[in-house]
Amino acid sequence: MRATAAGPLRMILAPVILGLAALAIWQLAVVGFAIKPYVLPSPTAIVEQLGRAFPAVWSGTRVTGFNALVGLLLGAALGILFAIVSALVRVLDEISLPIVTAIAVVPIVALAPVLYTMFGAGAETTRQLIAAIAVFIPVYVNTLRGLRQVRPVHRDLMRAYAATSWQATRTVTLPGAVPFLFTGLRIASSLAVISALIAEYFGGPVDGLGRAITSAASFSNNALAYAFVFGAIVLGLAFYLLTLALEKFATRHSPD
Amino acid sequence: MSDAVTVSGASKVFPLARGQQVVALEAIDLAVAPGEFVSLIGPSGCGKSTLLRLIADLETPTAGTIEVFGKTARQARIDQDYGIAFQQAGLLPWRTVTANIELPLQLHGVGKGMRAARAAELLELVGLSDFADRYPDQLSGGMQQRVAIARSLAESPELLLMDEPFGALDEMTRERMQDELVRLCAETGAAVVFVTHSIPEAVFLSDRVVVMSPRPGRILEIVPVRLGGSGKREDGLREATEFFAAVTAVREALHGVPSADVRGVPSADVRGVPSADVRGVETR
Repeated sequence: MRATAAGPLRMILAPVILGLAALAIWQLAVVGFAIKPYVLPSPTAIVEQLGRAFPAVWSGTRVTGFNALVGLLLGAALGILFAIVSALVRVLDEISLPIVTAIAVVPIVALAPVLYTMFGAGAETTRQLIAAIAVFIPVYVNTLRGLRQVRPVHRDLMRAYAATSWQATRTVTLPGAVPFLFTGLRIASSLAVISALIAEYFGGPVDGLGRAITSAASFSNNALAYAFVFGAIVLGLAFYLLTLALEKFATRHSPD
Repeated sequence: MSDAVTVSGASKVFPLARGQQVVALEAIDLAVAPGEFVSLIGPSGCGKSTLLRLIADLETPTAGTIEVFGKTARQARIDQDYGIAFQQAGLLPWRTVTANIELPLQLHGVGKGMRAARAAELLELVGLSDFADRYPDQLSGGMQQRVAIARSLAESPELLLMDEPFGALDEMTRERMQDELVRLCAETGAAVVFVTHSIPEAVFLSDRVVVMSPRPGRILEIVPVRLGGSGKREDGLREATEFFAAVTAVREALHGVPSADVRGVPSADVRGVPSADVRGVETR
């Protein structure tokens, strides 16, 4: 029973037209003002580079995407686990609150150089860990909120049924937290990609998109750098859309 | 057989901040016979919902005792002697209609086959058989409330506790639900304690209407109604003279007009029941 605001045609068409217009203006500006390619490459130059260097972009996307995925799964698993423990043991929640707040405030990628020296510059571990820590926070916070969000009428009902606390947890609390968990996961998905990619800027193996962007830029090959950026955009979108679909599925019966 | 509900001298005091307190209920005495339909009516804050929650053992009284079928309220809750429905349907959104109705049975270890059979039976009873596999968000408010009522009947309780179950429904749906409830009660023979804001609703449904007043929550008067004999209440009753007479009687009790004579309602018209059935007419 959800109302669709605008027609689907308008919803899809409008942003597409806007995007194409922006690209056209970009192209015209680069050609018209004769901007040098090392300052700003034209969209057609980027597409040309993308076509030529596609295998490199694809392999970089796969490496960075895999790191982000490992981080997402690891961080989500830890976030869910800690949220459940915190919901059950109030004291633990209070003790961990300052730590969680601290992690939430620290720019996680700032840890990258330290972690590279810990795990060695040849391993992907650092990137996956950075992504996992970034993912942990929103998943933990949202899941915990979901677990706390039992409606009074459901609490009364469980008491009226003389349900044990485990029964109440299993039938009401946990399923009720699932939509919140998936909202956390959706927020975390972009963070996973961003963190895994940015972590590459600080060292580690030369195989991911982040490293490819910096090296292309250092050779003033801006068109190629943008081709890799394009790969990063597609990767981020893929993560976001996938988790958005999961969230939609998980909340399909939730009241608005 | 013992009464379905016996409330003796029950009080409930809620503590507020800074040592203040609010007296939600003060020295309530009330008995509900098996199979009897009793409504609690009164303005907001008169403690009618609190009284229901005490009977359900969702709250514990500050003083006094509450017995349900001769047991303590707590024991009755543990033994699942009552079914309950609230103003909000309170269905679990991730469960189908059938799974929602099965919930209490499932919690109490009833086998899968028996659960399914009982759920089908109850869906038939509330006229929602075609919606067995739908989810709550696909139902209207009235339908959701019917599911909640079916759920409250799942374990064939001898006592139904209903806290403004039709409060959020529009007038048309409300009257239809009332008709259905009258039919359900006749079929199941359960006693009902029914909290409502609506005088016509209380009069239409009840054997007796308990009129309450706030600050502190007390019983002002218990008005015997019992129109048309149990189970024979029909829509036409809403337009009958005796219905309006009873509505007037309850309204005047609410507004504190002192005696039956003042109301100008000959008691025989309003109370078409043998006096043996009229219990605890006056409380204080």
